[in-house]
Amino acid sequence: MNARPRTLFDKVWDAHVVLRREDGTSLLWVDRHLVHEGSHHAFAKLAERGLPVAEPSLTIGVVDHYAPTRDRDRIGDPDIARMIRTLEDNTTGHGIRCFGMRDPRQGIVHVMGPEQGLTLPGLLINCGDSHTSTHGAFGALAFGIGATEVAHVLATQTIWQKRPKTMRITVTGQLGPSVTAKDLALFWIAQLGADGARGHAIEYAGPVVEDLSMEGRMTLCNLSIEGGARCGMVAPDEVTFAYVEGRPFAPKGADWDRAIADWRALASDAGAVFDREVTLDGAEIAPTVTWGTSPEEALPITANLPDPARLEGARADQTRAAMDYMGLVPGQQIQGTPVDQVFIGSCTNGRIEDLRLAAAVLAGRKAKVPGLVSPGSALVKAQAEREGLDRIFIDAGLEWVDAGCSMCVGMNGDLVAAGKRCASSTNRNFKGRQGRGARTHLMSPAMVAAAAVTGMLTDVRPLLDGRV
Amino acid sequence: MAGFSMIAGPAIALAQDNIDTDQLIPARFMSVPRKDGYGPYLLHDLRFDSAGAPRAQMPLNRHADVQILVTRRNFGTGSSREAAVYALVDFGIKAVIAPSFGDIFASNAVNNGLLPARLAEQQIEDLIDRLGEGVADMRVDLDRCEIRFGNEVLGFDLDPIWRLKLLNGWDDIDMTASHGPAIAAFRTARMQKAPYAMLAGAE
Repeated sequence: MNARPRTLFDKVWDAHVVLRREDGTSLLWVDRHLVHEGSHHAFAKLAERGLPVAEPSLTIGVVDHYAPTRDRDRIGDPDIARMIRTLEDNTTGHGIRCFGMRDPRQGIVHVMGPEQGLTLPGLLINCGDSHTSTHGAFGALAFGIGATEVAHVLATQTIWQKRPKTMRITVTGQLGPSVTAKDLALFWIAQLGADGARGHAIEYAGPVVEDLSMEGRMTLCNLSIEGGARCGMVAPDEVTFAYVEGRPFAPKGADWDRAIADWRALASDAGAVFDREVTLDGAEIAPTVTWGTSPEEALPITANLPDPARLEGARADQTRAAMDYMGLVPGQQIQGTPVDQVFIGSCTNGRIEDLRLAAAVLAGRKAKVPGLVSPGSALVKAQAEREGLDRIFIDAGLEWVDAGCSMCVGMNGDLVAAGKRCASSTNRNFKGRQGRGARTHLMSPAMVAAAAVTGMLTDVRPLLDGRV
Repeated sequence: MAGFSMIAGPAIALAQDNIDTDQLIPARFMSVPRKDGYGPYLLHDLRFDSAGAPRAQMPLNRHADVQILVTRRNFGTGSSREAAVYALVDFGIKAVIAPSFGDIFASNAVNNGLLPARLAEQQIEDLIDRLGEGVADMRVDLDRCEIRFGNEVLGFDLDPIWRLKLLNGWDDIDMTASHGPAIAAFRTARMQKAPYAMLAGAE
């Protein structure tokens, strides 16, 4: 019937088109809608119109953005308490399942969804959060939306979208020792720019991507938005199925067999044409850190900082402004830059594999600077504690706290003070992201652990040598 | 939301690229209900020093009633927070002119009647040079997709669907209301084709 070879994106998109308007915009069915405290504007819009939630059973709430990471029984800040209560009231009022503060499954929405088996291959997933791209790691079409769109999904279980262009990033060869999905993501964003994939749906492919664990694929897809992409996807394979099987909300029995058969057919057809193709060599990627105030301002840890005097026009202005904000000296080595503190966590790098790698660096060592470790979910926290990772972090001198978005976005009060420099496993080094005047360097959890041990930005490779 | 076809008012330049939504509205102000207004928080940490005093050199602090912002590439990148658009709209901004926008930001803008108009990078640099740190009247004609500045007329890019939405003040929920039967039919078909896509409630 349809002889034209199709991409993974095409197949998932096509399966969700309710109708296509003459102007080319499509109305898409939404299989899973995830909401959090920040969704209060959307619920308020619904209330203004007196509309019900169309599909409460396909809507799932979780407390993450404002979740306190300590002393949860006594929330001191009335604004934070109100934000959490508002979500719990809105979800209860509309009959929506919500993983609240005391639920053992509470966690960051993009960690919880996959963990619970709510995220499945071939689904269309929306959430009012840009890092919804994370779920594309399973071969789902997952993208972040704004509050007006969240209200629309709540009211209709559909969303109007223009079809994005397609782009394949193929990563050949293999990654070097201690080089992770985080480094790969920062590498391509530095190459193509923070708007390098604007208007595109990315498919990540090639041997390096196939070799990544689900955790690594989630990190990679999570950061798609930092390169401007609408979403990032990886074709589901045996690694995907092994992760999903047996999860609480994953299909079971005959449903599972049928699902697997469908999911195997999702991979891009041979000969499928992408609007854009980019090929990277995995062997060229070093442990990478950001030095500026956009994720595109990233370099190998072995490199020197740029010099705005050698640049022109807007680029020179941007570099000068970023250097100034970050308190760095043009042309100097990045390695050796002293840090004031570290943070390990977030929807980008708060999963068990991330904590294991950071712990491998920290085991038997002491951190020279203070730091916070916030697991991506209560279940990740419990798993880490079963493995004794909490003891490694605590013995190294870091603080081991509860799950949430925490210091990645600072809404819960976990902030970096003005002028302080933080080595962070998060996703955004924007001005003021971790707190007003805070200086953020993005890197892998292993690199954060290395910064903790040495008190400065450091190449993790010698520290991990022989340990993993 | 009312549609519009013309914006005529004071324009200023913000000569920065990658102005992200975290800068447009810092996270700490986002628990405010919409009815309280987001205008005071627009670009808060650029406009005010750490003691809360307005920075005199910041163009948004020097000129009242600004309606049009001219800025560099990738404006509104980052977080999907629609509050970034609320801050612009509540401050009185009606159009942002840049070489490119974050995708989610641009959708949010159109859903709130804020025009994200695209010009080529060189055209933007020329406008930034001419505006400097000052203010000047500009006209944005949405019907013709033209910017009039001095004697110059510049054609801008805007998705045709977004143009219609802004011209007519269309609201997506209203537009979808007439498609109820198609959605219901799709739901039934989806349940048959992919039963695992529905959630039985696996407690």
